[in-house]
Amino acid sequence: MSATASWNVKDLEYWDARIREKVEEFGLSCFGQEFEVCDHEQMLGYMAYHGMPAHYPHWSFGKSYEKLKTLYDYGVSGLPYEMVINANPALAYLMRDNSLCLQVLTIAHVYGHNDFFRNNFMFRDTRPELALNHFKLRAERVRGYAEDPSIGLQAVEQVLDAAHALSMQCRHHTAIRKLTHHEQQEQAAADPPRDPFERIHKRREHQIPDLNKIPLEPEEDILLFIAEHNEYLEDWQRDLLRIAHEEAQYFIPQMETKIMNEGWASYWHHQIMNSLDLPEALHIEFLVHHNQVIRPHPGGLNPYYLGFKLWHDIQRRYDEPTEAELARNGAPDKSGIDKLFEVRETDRDVSFLRRFLTEEMMREMDLFEYVRKGDKMVVSQVSDEDHWERVKDTLLRNVGMNATPVIRILDADHGHNRNLYLKHEHDGRDLQQEYLEKTLRYLYQLWGRQVLFETLVQDKSVTYTYDSDGIARQAG
Amino acid sequence: MTTTVFRPYSESDALRSDRSAGDRLRHRHKVRDAIRKNIADIVAEESIIGQSRDKIIKVPIRGIREYRFIFGENEPGVGTGDGKTEPGQVVGDAAQDGNGIGSAGNRPGVDYYETDITLEELVDIMFEDLELPDLERKKLREIQAESARKRKGFRKVGVRAHLDKKRTAMSRLRRRIATRNVPPVEGHASRFPFHRDDLKYRRLVADLRPQSNAVVLCMMDTSGSMDTMKKYLARSFFFMLYQFVRTRYNNVEVVFIAHDTRAREVSEEEFFTKGESGGTMISSAYHKALEVIQGRYHPSLWNIYAFHCSDGDNWPHDNPATLATARELTTLCNLVGYGEIKPLNSGSYGDSLLELFDELDADNFHALMIENKEDIWPSFRMFLSRERTPETAD
Repeated sequence: MSATASWNVKDLEYWDARIREKVEEFGLSCFGQEFEVCDHEQMLGYMAYHGMPAHYPHWSFGKSYEKLKTLYDYGVSGLPYEMVINANPALAYLMRDNSLCLQVLTIAHVYGHNDFFRNNFMFRDTRPELALNHFKLRAERVRGYAEDPSIGLQAVEQVLDAAHALSMQCRHHTAIRKLTHHEQQEQAAADPPRDPFERIHKRREHQIPDLNKIPLEPEEDILLFIAEHNEYLEDWQRDLLRIAHEEAQYFIPQMETKIMNEGWASYWHHQIMNSLDLPEALHIEFLVHHNQVIRPHPGGLNPYYLGFKLWHDIQRRYDEPTEAELARNGAPDKSGIDKLFEVRETDRDVSFLRRFLTEEMMREMDLFEYVRKGDKMVVSQVSDEDHWERVKDTLLRNVGMNATPVIRILDADHGHNRNLYLKHEHDGRDLQQEYLEKTLRYLYQLWGRQVLFETLVQDKSVTYTYDSDGIARQAG
Repeated sequence: MTTTVFRPYSESDALRSDRSAGDRLRHRHKVRDAIRKNIADIVAEESIIGQSRDKIIKVPIRGIREYRFIFGENEPGVGTGDGKTEPGQVVGDAAQDGNGIGSAGNRPGVDYYETDITLEELVDIMFEDLELPDLERKKLREIQAESARKRKGFRKVGVRAHLDKKRTAMSRLRRRIATRNVPPVEGHASRFPFHRDDLKYRRLVADLRPQSNAVVLCMMDTSGSMDTMKKYLARSFFFMLYQFVRTRYNNVEVVFIAHDTRAREVSEEEFFTKGESGGTMISSAYHKALEVIQGRYHPSLWNIYAFHCSDGDNWPHDNPATLATARELTTLCNLVGYGEIKPLNSGSYGDSLLELFDELDADNFHALMIENKEDIWPSFRMFLSRERTPETAD
């Protein structure tokens, strides 16, 4: 595979020009694109720091690096062919040791991601033109605190440890605008909306809202809330919380669209490569790599596979619907390709799968649900007629941010004692106990006062409290 | 769409300081700390006893997980099959979960909670914070020995095997640059051969170091009442003692003495596996130990560590002799220990020798009780701490 000599930058530029012709012909609309050729050690470094050329230091990235390197050294997992950053211009890395065919394939794949970043609604607010710079500035701020003799690296990492633990606890529905505190107050103070059915049922008594309550509405952005409402934090601590929050906000759209995005890039590299009239040797090598990328992972879920299959299926349903589909859905109102472009703009994994993962596709891919039994994973349901919906539900719950529990701050002045009251919105899934307890410690660390946490454990309501005496747990 | 930019591979970028180095180092420190905190659990694991030093051990680590709110492990996931999946089929190990979408990095199974270290490294960590005095206190016991040859500089003559190729090449290069403006010798225009002066050989000198000897005398009651569990506990203790002594002395020997009513010197395998039956006379083991010391390990040349494990079920008439021989041992050894092994719930609560040994008032003697495997590490530390006391007197 060491093919350093078999291609040079001129070759890449030649293929890039040809690929870009196709990109435009197919109607993809991309940001500008930059490629950096790197070696495998640099690639490991980029992966550990989420691909960012500049990123603040934290020991967990060292852990991530060691883990990736171990897996790579032992051949458990190879390195990705590509790594693309949602930025304008988009930035992607090419591994020096890859063959020419892999480079061409990667370049084609990268344009798919690039187009997706630019057009999918989830990425609207990520400000790609500033992304790299923002990461760099944040890194400089964190380094500044670490080098400040009155703060130091250890104190910085302590806050970051806690911030990382909570960084995914933020608003799940980013499409709905968050109201300012003042707007929330106005909304609460407004007269209750007229109930059109007030004559036929008993009217709920209107309670005068407490406009001084904080927060007025249950709050999901935990880091931001603490940064704003814990007045005992130092400015640098507040800033670190905001930094962790901003980074999470930047990466969440990628987590929310993993299947769509990888499927989309795979769909397009496939289209582009097939339209390029590659020399036979290159084409055969391409097919081998392509099949490796989109092959199903037995027992697991390969997002490339799932996404690739679904995009193709959507197109087929609009271009060549079966009799049964015609009967069920009527004649398609647009061409397959138009539908694809519409979906790539308006969906995220959850809605994408909910809308387009059909019973037939589930059966074709043999999707099944598994549960842990002892130290084994055992199939609990397969996608047969009676259970495919359940398997699908389970899948939807594990996709994107659905894999993160919803936790809301209900009261920041619980018992008029500035204690923090949180509630886990239980959806049938219990929290992992050890992780819950350890994370509460971080909450306590950042809040500085007693933290109360309400959840369900095996269908029973349980409230944890964390304060200077440590953790306590009581029913009810 | 604007033009594409290709940034070619740059050697200097790749060599530029590795930004992950600091983060990796701090992570490794955390791993080490976590291991240190769990050391009692780790040494109580059966697998590390009696293994060679480069054996790789899996160490569970609790300290470096990255905690956050996650769903419990019993939440179902979804996977793809080969078209023939049936309910009830086993599709993998739960420990290796990590294929599920959205679960990667999210579930505890993916976070690695085990790390591999060599036994050697573990032993280093084990004794790192023990803050024990330098045990080699008797200068007389140090013998000068040539244990290694070490490098010291370079010279122009030497044997081929010691040729330093890099330095030689650099020296030639230096000469070549210096002679750049001298017209080349006729007929040798393209060659620039090595000259004898270019050759650089490594100089090795004998490294004289004081060599210190130590012997560990492991004595164990192999009478009928010593069951597997008791032997296992004894073994853990001997293992640690041996490993510890090894970190402090260059040359360490081990002697195994098994006894019931009579004592014999045995091989390690026999020591831990063979069971005898019958009564117990502890003095026989101590007699044997004294005999071995007199025969092979003269106290002026050897640091001697003697440890004896028993369940305390001695023949009462032997007690005075036991006490006398134990006292004699304390005069010859650096450290003498007696570990009474009484596993909880073992049911064999017979006599105890701890009271008897209370009478033995020697600073370098320590008697202790081991009830379960969690006791081993604290007991071990306590045992070694005894040596600190005579330190001031010495």
